[in-house]
Amino acid sequence: MESMFAQRHISRRHLLQLAGTAAAMPALPLITVRPAQATPAMLASAIRNLVGEAKVNVGKIQLDIPPLVENGNTVPMTVSVDHPMTPEAHVKSIHVFNEKNPQPNVANFHLTPSAGRAQVTTRIRLADTQKVVAIARLSDGTFWSASVDVIVTLAACTEEMP
Amino acid sequence: MPAALVNVAAKAKRGAVIEIKTLMSHVMEPGYRHTAAGEIVPRDIITSVTCKFNGSEIFRADLFPAIAANPFLSFFTTVSESGRFEFEWIGDNGFVATASAAITVE
Repeated sequence: MESMFAQRHISRRHLLQLAGTAAAMPALPLITVRPAQATPAMLASAIRNLVGEAKVNVGKIQLDIPPLVENGNTVPMTVSVDHPMTPEAHVKSIHVFNEKNPQPNVANFHLTPSAGRAQVTTRIRLADTQKVVAIARLSDGTFWSASVDVIVTLAACTEEMP
Repeated sequence: MPAALVNVAAKAKRGAVIEIKTLMSHVMEPGYRHTAAGEIVPRDIITSVTCKFNGSEIFRADLFPAIAANPFLSFFTTVSESGRFEFEWIGDNGFVATASAAITVE
């Protein structure tokens, strides 16, 4: 299902790009190069860089993104961690990754116990239908993760400049 | 001149958890786009946003090209005394912008 979706998406874009290129400058060779894309392996290695050999547990952290996104250029995202914020036990940082943008990192948020609530909202870009992963690092050294699959109909990041 | 918008309550009760919202005008050019002529548009993003309260850091974010244009951030803090929040955005090509907001704690 997902691959069919991606396939149709690519070919339609290529077709449009080809048509545009051909119309604008017929001298150019009719080849468009698909931009480099992060792969699930890059996502895994970015997470490995963060956590090292530690085990990543599932839970505690919540990642709120709309499951169906019309415009990948601006996607509201909220991450929150269900954990106390005291000097003894708090969330040290929250890291957000993606699977298929040109690079796997989205943002890192560094918190202090004075935050009171471990919750951050921002707007992100998604270049394709893909998985978004959030990982929280707690003061006791454990890691907790959540992931969400997002369907994107208009991709961000890699389109041509007008 | 970059335009920053910062939204912080002017007054709060001691010990309250308040939300801080910031918005900075910036293209956040990811560096992966091409012009029609096929040239890559160079990267121009904000890489770091810091918030300090009375001189000590309370929040910091590392941003990547996957953050949308005009980066918006909302986060929380506990206020225990009156003081001043200072915000700093740092980015490519020597981009630096600052803003501040005062809060009175009752």
